[in-house]
Amino acid sequence: MVELWHGLIKAIELIVTLDPEVIQIAGLSLRIAITSSLLASVVCLPVASLIYFNRFRGKRFFISLIQTFYSVPTVAIGLFVFVFISRAGPLGWLGLLFSPTAIVIGQMLLVTPILLGLTISALSGVDRALIDTARSLGASRFQTALVTLREARFAVMAAAIMAFGRAISEVGISLMVGGNIRGFTRVITTAISLETSKGDLELSIALGIILISIALIVNIILNRVQQR
Amino acid sequence: MALIEVINLNQRYGEQDILSNINLSIERGEVFALIGPTGAGKTTLLRLIDLIDEPASGKIYFDGMDTATSAAVRLDMRRRMAFVLQKPVVFNLSVYDNIACALRWRGMRGSRLREKVNHIIDGVGLSDYHDRNARNLSGGEVQRVAIARAIALEPEVLLLDEPTANLDPLSAARIEELISSIIKSYAATIIMATHDLSQGQRLADRIGVLMNGELLQAGSSKDVFTSPRNKEVAEFVGVENIIDGVIGSSEDNVVTIESGGRSIEAISDYASGEKVCACIRPEDITLALSRISSSARNSFEGEISWLVSMGPLARVELQCGFPLVAMVTKRSAEEMGLSKGKKVFATFKATGVHVIKRN
Repeated sequence: MVELWHGLIKAIELIVTLDPEVIQIAGLSLRIAITSSLLASVVCLPVASLIYFNRFRGKRFFISLIQTFYSVPTVAIGLFVFVFISRAGPLGWLGLLFSPTAIVIGQMLLVTPILLGLTISALSGVDRALIDTARSLGASRFQTALVTLREARFAVMAAAIMAFGRAISEVGISLMVGGNIRGFTRVITTAISLETSKGDLELSIALGIILISIALIVNIILNRVQQR
Repeated sequence: MALIEVINLNQRYGEQDILSNINLSIERGEVFALIGPTGAGKTTLLRLIDLIDEPASGKIYFDGMDTATSAAVRLDMRRRMAFVLQKPVVFNLSVYDNIACALRWRGMRGSRLREKVNHIIDGVGLSDYHDRNARNLSGGEVQRVAIARAIALEPEVLLLDEPTANLDPLSAARIEELISSIIKSYAATIIMATHDLSQGQRLADRIGVLMNGELLQAGSSKDVFTSPRNKEVAEFVGVENIIDGVIGSSEDNVVTIESGGRSIEAISDYASGEKVCACIRPEDITLALSRISSSARNSFEGEISWLVSMGPLARVELQCGFPLVAMVTKRSAEEMGLSKGKKVFATFKATGVHVIKRN
């Protein structure tokens, strides 16, 4: 217990004094998670609109499949990306293994189902009469999709924030395709995992506090957005 | 050539027929009212005309062109029309942006857009709400925004679906006034759906009666209200005296209709033995305390079964072998001492009887 208290005080000291290693790890984690969720959003918003606005056979099943992948294990994605970008893999020549880019790719795949599924749900929540109104006023298919996305903007933003939350808190992908290289691919979750196993509780607790704080801030923003 | 030509149009939702074999043509510049009870298919027909939905079968020609064509051509056609939905939905934007958005979709930008939108906002009396979020407006104001948004597009065809339904009487009157001013100042063709008969009569050049997905009659409001084509239309347009009978004799288009042991004379070319309905408008019936000598061919003695005041008028229900409703001024009713149980003579002309065939 004493050791835990000691660790907690030391952790707060590390945060307050802006310890370079803590800042570097937290900064990298944020950069990677923001990049992956933003890039995935850029891809997923139009794709979700396409799925929502088009009728095709098996659409319901396809949406159910997307929702099933909300809880895909991060190690499974990590393994999948590893197979593709490892030196012997089909994309091995790109030399992406154990780089921040590899983590971004993995996290993009991880949050894609969440973004697709929640954006489709957000679009479904828009009053059908609003879509008819846009069409009756002469909106093209693209303009109708934009109007609908704009109406669903708070729910879509909530989806993006959820995706960010999932990305920053994952450990499997960062560990498997990032390699947890100090100063290069070490992110909060992999650092906590490593430092705890080494017995360095102070750094682990400091990073844990930062991660929980980020989660807290994300949740506060999410609640605010959903209330609008 | 008609601006809109609807030929053998059918629409189905699942197993249910919503529209059956609709044939209709709308001329350029015409104000056409589709009247019919709720669920008659009015909205469905407007959605098909606006090319939002596609019909199960049949054709719609817009300005001579078949609308069953590519999405791009349909969009071009749709952009020549504007549709105000029954429950208008406004975008979660300011009143200004709500009206501007459809113009932006057509590529209008800059000062031209600003001037146009501001002009429309002033025209519909929404200047005080310019920057307010349209979602925070009352029902009547939302309807005003929806109409402003549509007329800003200067459509060739303006489709209005129950424009005053769900509004309080004051807001409804204001919206009707607005529509009336649009009719006067824009050369647009207007097709409006309404279940308010008097509104259709007030605003439209022509009326179409849609019931159970079928267009039962289309014509001038006088035609529809005084000469309904069948019993359903007669009942819907509020003909109060619809008397079932059989043609007794027919000579030179003067027929007698036998009903309740009485003979009603009317002008019709139906042959004897034909099952018909005699429609008589209550305001065409004259009441007298004794039989009067006049050119009117029909005069029946009856007993007043009910009498009720309706503003300056009195509605008198009689039983003279068949039930009959007459409208007289309240003053006449008072001077004649009309009351329940009193015997009176109801007189009406043979030409005041509209005869329709019964199915």
